[in-house]
Amino acid sequence: MGRCTTTHLEPEGSVTITTRKAALTPHLARLEAESIAIIREVAASFRKPVMLYSIGKDSGVMLHLALKAFAPGKPPFPLMHIDTTWKFREMISFRDAMAKQVGMELLVHTNPDGIARGINPIASGSALHTQVMKTEALKQALDLHGFDAAFGGARRDEEKSRAKERIFSFRGPGHSWDPRAQRPELWSLFNTRIREGESIRVFPLSNWTEYDVWDYVLAEDLPVVPLYFAKPRPVVKRAGTWIMVDDDRLPLEPGETPQMRMVRFRTLGCYPLSGAVESEAATLPDIITEMRAAKTSERQGRLIDSDEEASMEKKKREGYF
Amino acid sequence: MTQHRAPENRELLRFLTCGSVDDGKSTLIGRLLFDSQLIFEDTLAAITRDSRKHGTTGDDVDLALLVDGLEAERQQGITIDVAYRFFQTPRRAFIVADTPGHEQYTRNMATGASGASLAVILIDARKGVLTQTRRHSYICSLLGIRDIVVAVNKIDLVKFDQDTFDRIVGDYVTFASELGFRSIVPVPISARFGDNVTARSGNMPWYKGPTLIEHLEQVDVAQDLGSKPFRFPVQWVNRPNLDFRGFAGTIASGRVAPGDQVIVAASGKASRIVRIVTADGDLDAAEAGQAVTITLEDEVDVARGDILVRPAERPPVADQFAGHLLWMDEEAMLPGRGYLMRIGNIWTPCSITSIRHRVDVNTLEEHAARRLSLNEIGFCNFSAGQPIPLDAYAENRATGAFILVDRFTNRTAGAGMVAFPLRRASNIHHEHFTVDKAARAALVGNRPMVLWFTGLSGSGKSTIANIVEQALHKAGRATYSLDGDNVRHGLCRDLGFTAADRVENIRRVGEVAKLFVDAGMIVLCSFISPFQAERRMVRDLLGPGEFTEVFVDTSIEACIARDPKGLYAKAQAGQIQNFTGISSPYEPPENPELHILTAGRTAEECAADVLDRLRSAGIAC
Repeated sequence: MGRCTTTHLEPEGSVTITTRKAALTPHLARLEAESIAIIREVAASFRKPVMLYSIGKDSGVMLHLALKAFAPGKPPFPLMHIDTTWKFREMISFRDAMAKQVGMELLVHTNPDGIARGINPIASGSALHTQVMKTEALKQALDLHGFDAAFGGARRDEEKSRAKERIFSFRGPGHSWDPRAQRPELWSLFNTRIREGESIRVFPLSNWTEYDVWDYVLAEDLPVVPLYFAKPRPVVKRAGTWIMVDDDRLPLEPGETPQMRMVRFRTLGCYPLSGAVESEAATLPDIITEMRAAKTSERQGRLIDSDEEASMEKKKREGYF
Repeated sequence: MTQHRAPENRELLRFLTCGSVDDGKSTLIGRLLFDSQLIFEDTLAAITRDSRKHGTTGDDVDLALLVDGLEAERQQGITIDVAYRFFQTPRRAFIVADTPGHEQYTRNMATGASGASLAVILIDARKGVLTQTRRHSYICSLLGIRDIVVAVNKIDLVKFDQDTFDRIVGDYVTFASELGFRSIVPVPISARFGDNVTARSGNMPWYKGPTLIEHLEQVDVAQDLGSKPFRFPVQWVNRPNLDFRGFAGTIASGRVAPGDQVIVAASGKASRIVRIVTADGDLDAAEAGQAVTITLEDEVDVARGDILVRPAERPPVADQFAGHLLWMDEEAMLPGRGYLMRIGNIWTPCSITSIRHRVDVNTLEEHAARRLSLNEIGFCNFSAGQPIPLDAYAENRATGAFILVDRFTNRTAGAGMVAFPLRRASNIHHEHFTVDKAARAALVGNRPMVLWFTGLSGSGKSTIANIVEQALHKAGRATYSLDGDNVRHGLCRDLGFTAADRVENIRRVGEVAKLFVDAGMIVLCSFISPFQAERRMVRDLLGPGEFTEVFVDTSIEACIARDPKGLYAKAQAGQIQNFTGISSPYEPPENPELHILTAGRTAEECAADVLDRLRSAGIAC
C-alpha cells in the first residue's frame, strides 16, 4: 500500500460548534439525542473508530452531532473521505474548509490501483467505477488504518435494502455483509463485540428522513455545499437527466453543447453520475418547500442505484456503505 | 406550504406490524405509504416494473414490494428481516417496524417489538387466529406493549362478512385476556384495496369504528418516563483536559437539575450535580430522553456502566435475579453455560442457574425444561459476574432489559427482561477467612493450579495425568486427581450425557477444582470436556496462570482402535447415545497451553512434555 495517497490535514485549534438560536422541535430533539447516544457508544466500545465524511448534507449533520456528543471535548476519532477524484470541485473545497473549521483530523484516501488502471465513471461505467473507486477504496482505507468501526451517514428512508439495515451493522472478514445473518438489535443494547478482522458499520442517522435532515440543517444553521442551492450551471441532458459539466474531463457526445440551466442537486456523488434537477430553490426554506412538494425520490438522480436489480444490496454485500 | 408541512410539531408513534406469514403485513405498509402519498413516482415506476417479475397480484401493482427489499425476500415473496419505514399524516409521524411472520425469524419480530409502543397484529380473515398470532401477541405482551390493533385483513375475500369478523375478534379477545393489554381495537381491512386503512370502506356499512389510520393518529401511548425514578446510566467519561471531568449519557428516566444529590447505585458513593453540560450551553434541568454530560461536586469514582440515581430511589443491586428470556440462537441455551450479558452499559459474564419453566406460547402453559431452543421463552434464574443495579423491566426498560451474547461466536443469542432480584443474592455473602489460599499454599510448599486434560474418550488423558501426578507426588507436591468416571460415581451421579448434563458436570468439577486450588493444591482434571464454552468457564473461575489446558490430541481412528473400555464399539452399535466423536461433537481447543500429539509416542514421553511445562513455570517436579 506504499503508493496510497493518504494525506493528513492536521487539526488546528479547538472545535467550533454553531450554537443554536432557538430550541429544537421535540421531534428533532429526540432524533438528535438518539444519534448522540449512538456516537458516544462507538467511542466507548471500539478500539479505533473513524467517521466516513462524504461531504453531503447527511455527513454534515452527522459531523455536527459528533461535535455535540463530546463537547466540550473533541470527537475521539478522525474523519475520512474516500475520494474517487470525480467529485464536484465545490465539494472538495467545502470538505477542506470544514475540516479546518472543526479542527478534526481528515484522512483522504484514493484507490491507487484504480488510478493506475485508469478506472473512471465514463469509460469504465458506473458499476465498475463504484466497485473500484468507492467500495474497494473504502475497504483498503479501513484495512490500512485498522479501523474497527466506521460511521456512515446512511438513512433507512433512502432505499429499500437500507430500510433493513441495523444501526450497528456487523461486517465479517473482508468487510462482507450477510443480510440474512444480521444480529438482532433490541432496545438500545447494541452488541458491539467483534473478533479480529471483523468490523462494524454504524449509522447514527438511521431513523432520520430527508425532511428531518433539512429541517435540522435549517434549525442549526449548518453550512452545506452550495451545489444544493439552485443557480445557473452548465449542464447536458443524458438519458433524461441533467449532468453538470464540472470540468473538461466530461467528453461531450456529438451534437451536445453545455447549456446554462437553473439547477440544483438533491444528492451529491461523482459528478458524471449525479443528476441535477431544474429548480429555483436558492435558499434553505426554498429547498424545504420544494422537497415537500416533490414527486420523485431523493436518489432518483443516482445512477448507481439502478444499474441492476437489488443493486444497493449487492454493493453492500461487497462492502459498500 | 403544502399539507405535509410541520411534521416537527407532531407526536411520533413507533409501532410494529406482526402476525402470520402471508397475512399481508408488507402490503399493509405499502398501502399506508401509498395512501399517505409518500411513494415517489420513480419508486412507483420501479415497483410497477418489479411487480411483473415478482408480484403476486396479477396485473395490479404489488405494494408489498415497496418494503420487501432483500433479493431473497422478493424471490420468495416473504419478509425475512425487520424493515423500518417512515410516514406521516397531518396529525402524526410514524416509524413502523415491518416484522417477519415466519417462525424461524421470530427474533426479528422481537427486535421490532423492543422499540415499539403499539402493535398491529394482522389476521387473515380466511384463517382466523393462528399459532403465530398467539406467539406474536405473547411476545408483544412480554416486551411491554400495552396497546394492540387487531387488523382482520383480506376481508374482501370473505365477502366483507361481519359474522366472520366478529368470530375472529371473539377468539382473539378470549385468547388475549391473560396478556394484560390496555386496549385491543379490532378493524376489518383490505390492505390490497385500501378498505378501512386510510379511507372508510363503503363495503362494510356494519363497521362503525375508526379506520386504521384514524386510530393510529388518535391512540394515546404516551408514557411519562420523566415522572419515574431518576436513572442516568453513564456511557462515557468525558475528560478533554485536566479541568473537566464529565459523565456523558442519556437520561433513562426521571428529571434532574444542578444541586440535586445523586448516588452511584452500585457503590453507594454520594455527590451532588454541579452542571448539566451540552454543546448548546448548560441546562437548568434535564429529563428522560436527553443526551447530556453531568459534572459532579466531588471526585467520586464513576465509570462507564455506573448508574447515577437519587438517594431516596435506589434500585436493588444484585448479582442474581429472575427474569424472562427469549432465546434467539440456533444453538440451544444450556443452564450453567457461560454467556456475556449486556445490561445498560455493563458487560459481564452471566449464566442461567436454572430454568424455572418454559412458556408454551400457544397455550401460555408453563412446562419444565432443561434447555431453551431457538424462539423458546423461559422464566429463568440468572447469575451475573458482578452486582448490578436492577429495575423490573415492567418498571423501567432501560435498567431492566438485557441481551445475552455467545462468548465464541459473538452472536446476540438471547433477549432478557428482569423480573426481580433474588433475595439469596443479597443474603449470601462471602465469608472471609484469615487463612487464605496463599497461606495454605505456602504451608504445603506449592504453587496451586489446575492441569486440565481434554481430549476424546480413549485419547490417553487419564494415563498421562496418572504419570504426571506420580512424578509430582514423588517430588513432594500436594496433588489431587479429578477424573471423569470417578466423579460420575458420586458428585455427578445424577447427571447423564446430554449436552445440558455435560455442561453441569463440568461446572461442578470446575467448582471443586477451584476449592482444591484454594486449598493450595495442584489439581489434575481428566475430562473429555467437549465444549470450549465450559473449559473457558473453568478458566474464568481461576486466577491468572492457575489454569493450564492440555490438549491430548489423538485421532478418532486411533481412539476407536484402542477402545480401552469398549465404549466405541457400543456407541457404533447404537447402544450409547450422545457419545463424543460418534454422535456428539468435540470442539478442540483453539489455543491450549500445551498441545500433545500422541501418535507414535508413549504415554511417558507425553507426560514428560507436561512435566517440562511445569518446570518452566517454576514448579519443581
